[in-house]
Amino acid sequence: MSSESRIPTRMGDGELVYMTRSEIRADLEAGTEAAARRAKTPPLTEDELEHLLDIYGSPARFTGVDIGAEVVLSYDGSGMKTIASRRQDLQIYEQWFGADTIELHHVDYSFKPVKAIAPFEAQEMHDVLLRTVAPVQYGAQPNLGLYSKPDGPCDNWSELLPLTLIAEARAAQEEAVPMAVKDMVYVCEAMYEAGADGVDLDTSAAAGDADFLATLLAVEEVRRRCPEMGIEVGMSGEFVLGMHGEVEYDGVRLAGLWPREQMKLAARAGATIFGPVVNVTTGKSCAWNIARACTIVKPCAAEATIPIHMNVGMGVGAVCMTKYPPVDAVSRASRACVDILKVDGL
Amino acid sequence: MTRGMRLPEAKAHVAEKLGVSPPDLSDPVIMNEIREKLGFGRITTFEISHPTQPVAIEAKFNIEEALGVPINSVRRFATRRVRGAPQSERARPNRR
Repeated sequence: MSSESRIPTRMGDGELVYMTRSEIRADLEAGTEAAARRAKTPPLTEDELEHLLDIYGSPARFTGVDIGAEVVLSYDGSGMKTIASRRQDLQIYEQWFGADTIELHHVDYSFKPVKAIAPFEAQEMHDVLLRTVAPVQYGAQPNLGLYSKPDGPCDNWSELLPLTLIAEARAAQEEAVPMAVKDMVYVCEAMYEAGADGVDLDTSAAAGDADFLATLLAVEEVRRRCPEMGIEVGMSGEFVLGMHGEVEYDGVRLAGLWPREQMKLAARAGATIFGPVVNVTTGKSCAWNIARACTIVKPCAAEATIPIHMNVGMGVGAVCMTKYPPVDAVSRASRACVDILKVDGL
Repeated sequence: MTRGMRLPEAKAHVAEKLGVSPPDLSDPVIMNEIREKLGFGRITTFEISHPTQPVAIEAKFNIEEALGVPINSVRRFATRRVRGAPQSERARPNRR
């Protein structure tokens, strides 16, 4: 039996477990190797693994980056009537939490339902901007799935695909794309006219490659119409699912893209911030997950021409898939992303 | 966030404009003094009130001027203050 002392650490589902330093090291190695195999990227270096071991091998409740190495925090979902009105919640984020940016959003958090109430949302944005100093974004999801039956007018490609009606499923997605683009542009332009500093097209590609295509086309048009607007593209997963399989943007097939290629297309379309996502495997330790996340995102951060705000929250970026992510897991993942990836924000 | 500047470049730009070093930007002691001096707005609580100093949109006018970065809401405030903004299709509620 090993004489090594056991260190409290987390599993991907949030469970507190006790592992030895050697076990944590083994998980880090296994995580980076799994990612390198899957995403066809180089594994982390020995120095990087040692640094991650220092972070994850500590029993401290909290950890942080070096003084002076702080990064910008952008928020999806701040201001949601948690305590008071959305406006007051955003003031709380700014004044009490010291948030670098704040984000107004509707509880539905998708562009399609927001379009119907765009004037009221824009009025709220206008009022928030008069009362705050921090940059204010408006956030929502492209959510292409809402354009399929029974929520929308297009045939449901998720029902057609299991029936092997491939051509019909593709046609339905192609029909939905311009509808989603139109709604996103409409809402983003309304926010720009109200005075918003930026928009956050969050959880992009959640419905697959056609969802990502709609996002990129919307970004392109919003950039043309709103030249001074910040545009953040946040992803939904590390890998663009090929629900269509053949759609392209600017000559690049979208199905199967990993963060580096996703970032390049987002930047080409006109985005000013890119948010890569790596989903958490709940049955593995947070150490395994952070090694995997850093390995997948490292080429993206290294080649980025726009700021990278890594998604570090429940179920993504090596933060536990639990409603109340423990601060030990959140702070370790945050520090690791800044130290290893040199991201611009989280 | 509107220019797509990566963080080291953005920190260097702001630090130069404010006459400090990039690490100073996240030092609350130094930045409290700078924010007071330049009218950038500060956290207010019951015990720490400064009612004669700029807050909210007032502070953003000062930030725009000091950093040389256009701020959308400040530009629109300046326009609307003078003559009111033209109503766009999107801004009109209860459309039929």
